[in-house]
Amino acid sequence: MKKKFLATAALAALAFSLTACGGTNTPPPADDSSSDASPTAAGAASGYSLVPKDTNGDGFITLGFAQVGAESGWRTANTQSYKDYFVEANGFKLVFLDANQDADKQKQDVRDLIAQGVEVIDLAPVTDSGWEPVLQEAKDAGIPLIVSDRQLSVSDDLYLTYFGGNMEEEGKTAVKWLQDYITANNVTDPINILHLQGTIGSTAQKGRTKALDDAAPANDWNIVFQQTGEFTQAKGQEVTESFLQQGKDFNVIYSENDDMTYGAIDALRAAGKDPKEYIIISFDGNKSAVQMVVDGLIDVIAECDPLLGPQVGDLIKKAEAGEQIAKITYSNESYIDSTNAAEKVKTAFGS
Amino acid sequence: MTRLRALTRHRLFFPLVCLLLVLLLNVVVTVATTGSPGPFFQISLTNGALNGPLVTILNRSSELVILAVGMTIVVSCSAGTDISVGAVMALSGAVSIWLLGFGELKDNGYHVESYVVPYAVGLLAAVAVGALCGAWNGFLVSKLKIQPMVATLVLYTGGRGIAKVVADGQIDKVDVASYKWLGNFIQDADGHNLMPIPTAIFIAAAVVAVTAVVLRRTALGMNIQAVGINNKASRLVGLRSNRIVLVAYIFCGACAAIAGIIATSRIGGIDANNCGKMLELDAILAVALGGNSLAGGKFSLSGSVIGAVTIQALTTVLYSINVSADQLPLFKAIAVIVIVVLQSPDLKPLLQRAGGVFRRLALSAKRAGGPA
Repeated sequence: MKKKFLATAALAALAFSLTACGGTNTPPPADDSSSDASPTAAGAASGYSLVPKDTNGDGFITLGFAQVGAESGWRTANTQSYKDYFVEANGFKLVFLDANQDADKQKQDVRDLIAQGVEVIDLAPVTDSGWEPVLQEAKDAGIPLIVSDRQLSVSDDLYLTYFGGNMEEEGKTAVKWLQDYITANNVTDPINILHLQGTIGSTAQKGRTKALDDAAPANDWNIVFQQTGEFTQAKGQEVTESFLQQGKDFNVIYSENDDMTYGAIDALRAAGKDPKEYIIISFDGNKSAVQMVVDGLIDVIAECDPLLGPQVGDLIKKAEAGEQIAKITYSNESYIDSTNAAEKVKTAFGS
Repeated sequence: MTRLRALTRHRLFFPLVCLLLVLLLNVVVTVATTGSPGPFFQISLTNGALNGPLVTILNRSSELVILAVGMTIVVSCSAGTDISVGAVMALSGAVSIWLLGFGELKDNGYHVESYVVPYAVGLLAAVAVGALCGAWNGFLVSKLKIQPMVATLVLYTGGRGIAKVVADGQIDKVDVASYKWLGNFIQDADGHNLMPIPTAIFIAAAVVAVTAVVLRRTALGMNIQAVGINNKASRLVGLRSNRIVLVAYIFCGACAAIAGIIATSRIGGIDANNCGKMLELDAILAVALGGNSLAGGKFSLSGSVIGAVTIQALTTVLYSINVSADQLPLFKAIAVIVIVVLQSPDLKPLLQRAGGVFRRLALSAKRAGGPA
């Protein structure tokens, strides 16, 4: 059993390590045990009635955060935003546990948090399955739990809410930006898009691809090439290089993460083409990429914001105050283009 | 006729046929999409660099060619494969960038803005790390007699993890422009290419040439094959077979490091999660496609090189057919099955028998229809 678990965990970790944008995290509502009694709006619908409360009466809500690991710039920035926000000045205490992308360790982490009697748990799961027993333990202990970043395939009466980014919405943001750009600049040339997809099947790829696939026919855009760059710079470069040799016309690059965008830009340069002559759309918003927006190489980045600590904090406070919390809450995200890049580059995450 | 027979019996005949088949497929696809085969053979000079599908195939196959050279030697003398080469690529790349930005990496947001140690030291460190990994593998295989696949499994699983630790879990970037030369083109400060041919092709060619010369000019090549064919007998006739196996693994590790240097240079940084991922399997496949027996013994270096280029040509054809990404592995699998079956030594008698049946059928059909 344990072996099977390990294998599943390893596989899942492997699969997740492929995703580019970390995804988003949310903190859970704090509070504790015997609060089964007070059904919040969140719970009412789904049979989940726990809300974050300062059960130990120390004046702070203690958040136990079970983080995935530190596998990307997105992730480390995400962790830092929790550490910055969940401080006593904001009415919180933070217990932070890092699973090092090990699903088994993470289950133990959550149990540790339960044993420590934290008042709310935020779980950014390494894997999306196998969580029922642990979540049930948290529920039995009366500790409200927020799932963040990645959704779980468990019954939604086992957690307070899911909080995270909405990949399809990010895609729509990018598509909308392109529509606006075409209108504003009176572009009459046919729009031919080189579409670099993320790792096929990942949440980020599915959402971002769907937005473009839906918008292209409606706007009369041609997707001249659609291929996965597996969220890596190396593949993004290779695929773009290969596409360039086909000599097809294109004027837009829609690249589902920053790393592939770097690769595409390198490939353009190697082929003697000026990246500035193409409309380049990217996702996530790493520091180097935002700098490229400043430099005019990238036209727009649909943000996948890792700085979720404060938003999770708000969510906890609302739940504590008895407000109804939806089962799914998406983080606030926007886009970065020439109008705000100079400002955004100062706070951008990663390298 | 006899000349033709000699040709088809040459050990490189089938690998070459396979390569030509894949290239032909490329041509067919190009014709289908553009209406003429021209674009596939076209080599243009843009921005001072040669550009075209053929150049790209050679360029992109460089890492695989280098890995395949090392793998061929390992397969030959130990009748086993080194499955750690992909992880060793990542590890040696990570160590070299860690050294180049020694102590300043984290403060600069995981960018190397200028070299802390000389560039050459970084490169040598990479090769040294690769050789060290190879020595570890070689020690496990030759001294402790652990099966090669199991022995190299240690670094296969652990190497990438160590690389991630060295890289601090980040994608460490090098901002020095010349760092990208080895994996791309040598350029001047304005981004104009000074050398028309991708640098990686030279590196791969150099590795192949040096290896071939050393193996031919010294007894090493023969000794390696002898050890692979019969380890015990080789030892009895005075060959230090353990040492030969050890050297083969060290060489394979060093090759992985060189491939790692190219891979990190291509993107100007180390992505420890993805550098060289799954390339170990492609390298083994290249050796097999080259007509080499994975059971060790006699080997053909040129066969492995052809195998490596075939795999890259296949990838290129799949990109140009624009098969959707989720079907890509399926198409690759089909192509690999076809190629491997074509090369199977047991296929020939089967085909001959089938051919005989056909001939008889044709003959009887002719007889039946002839008088009428």
